[in-house]
Amino acid sequence: MSDSTLRDDLQTVAYYPGCALEGTGYAYNRSTKKIAKKLGLKLVEIENWNCCGAMEVKNIDPEVQNYLSVRNMAIAKHKMGMDVVMAPCNGCYHNLKKAEHDVTHKEETRKILKKMSDKTGQPEYKPGDVETIHALDWIKHAIGEENLASRVKNSLSGLKIANYYGCMYTRPRHIFPEKDQGEGSESTTKPHFMDDLLRAAGAEIVEFPLKTACCGGAHTLSDCDTSTRLVLNILQAAEACSADVIATECPTCHSGLEMHQIRAEETLGVKTQPVMLYFTQLLGLALGISPRQLGIHENISQSLGLLRQKGLA
Amino acid sequence: MISFSEIERAILSVRDRPQEVINPAEYLLQMGEAILENWLIAHNQIPTQEKYEGFRLLGLHRQGAKLDPSFHACRETCRELIYQINLYHMKKDLQQITLASLVAMHLLLFIQGKMEVQELGEFCCNSKAVSA
Repeated sequence: MSDSTLRDDLQTVAYYPGCALEGTGYAYNRSTKKIAKKLGLKLVEIENWNCCGAMEVKNIDPEVQNYLSVRNMAIAKHKMGMDVVMAPCNGCYHNLKKAEHDVTHKEETRKILKKMSDKTGQPEYKPGDVETIHALDWIKHAIGEENLASRVKNSLSGLKIANYYGCMYTRPRHIFPEKDQGEGSESTTKPHFMDDLLRAAGAEIVEFPLKTACCGGAHTLSDCDTSTRLVLNILQAAEACSADVIATECPTCHSGLEMHQIRAEETLGVKTQPVMLYFTQLLGLALGISPRQLGIHENISQSLGLLRQKGLA
Repeated sequence: MISFSEIERAILSVRDRPQEVINPAEYLLQMGEAILENWLIAHNQIPTQEKYEGFRLLGLHRQGAKLDPSFHACRETCRELIYQINLYHMKKDLQQITLASLVAMHLLLFIQGKMEVQELGEFCCNSKAVSA
């Protein structure tokens, strides 16, 4: 247990849902808000937030991509008085962390971003104005495993889960200086925060060798077949580990796994069994929130049959 | 040089019938090396024979990463392959070979994808910007 890492300053955080959580990943948005309420945590959505630029804008201009991120962070700090920004999407989280790294370490970036801020009339972002965290960091450090376990109403026992973190939660390592800092910190090579939380909720966590593997997300349109094969391989690895469920913490990974599972069956004739659920949906079920309130019916992956069989729905 | 299609067939044969392969762990490690050799040769490099931390696979990865910083994205995959193979040597459980073969397959698909779509920009979300 690492509940010695609990932090009081995370009871209220600025919430940056990002575009995906208002679209394909709406169930992640819904379930994140539901568990926050249940756990007594407060999310204050960033006012007039903008897209982080996803994976595309950097190819046109990396500094514009940085500006898109720091604008959100500056609003959280200077207009809302918040110190911590929580981003549940791996892409948003990665881009905010990358911008923080560049602002901290590159003089040229600071100059360019100041010019852009002056031009747009937004407050200038200074290194360290806010701390960006992921939804996993938030639950792990605001609630912790012991506290979470004590609030479980429907144990996830009997559910075998493979935790899939995707690539952007841990890479590249240098933009996550708080990781790999020993006991209580997250690991970039073998991340475990999702394992810790879902285990505290009673689930059986399987040893999953592809927890940080690429899902082909960025090239799902330009090279769809490779993305399908990458996802199929991840699904087959989860099956080989006897997992019933793949737990996710990124809307892009989640929808990629869901869609390419169907595509793999249609185009390659290979059917795989694991169902996909956001980790927030699984924690919500454990906390006694109904599947409908958690948006489980909004997932493409059909998990209600399994959840009923396990007494969770 | 072993072609990607031959490597794929080899990995699938280990995944599907591990008990029929003599020394499957070494065979998978060789296939991992062959994947990275393809990348290096395509980038006009002579694949190194040097080992890093006791493994040529990691030596090849280091060589590739010097050419292209975004190549670090498959670092964990290479290390995971070695980890699964080490587990197999400890436990002698063919389940570890199945998992190692799935990790090797991921490495193949990732590198193959990265080479196929270079004109479109880097395959990896974590790569440097194309215009940088």
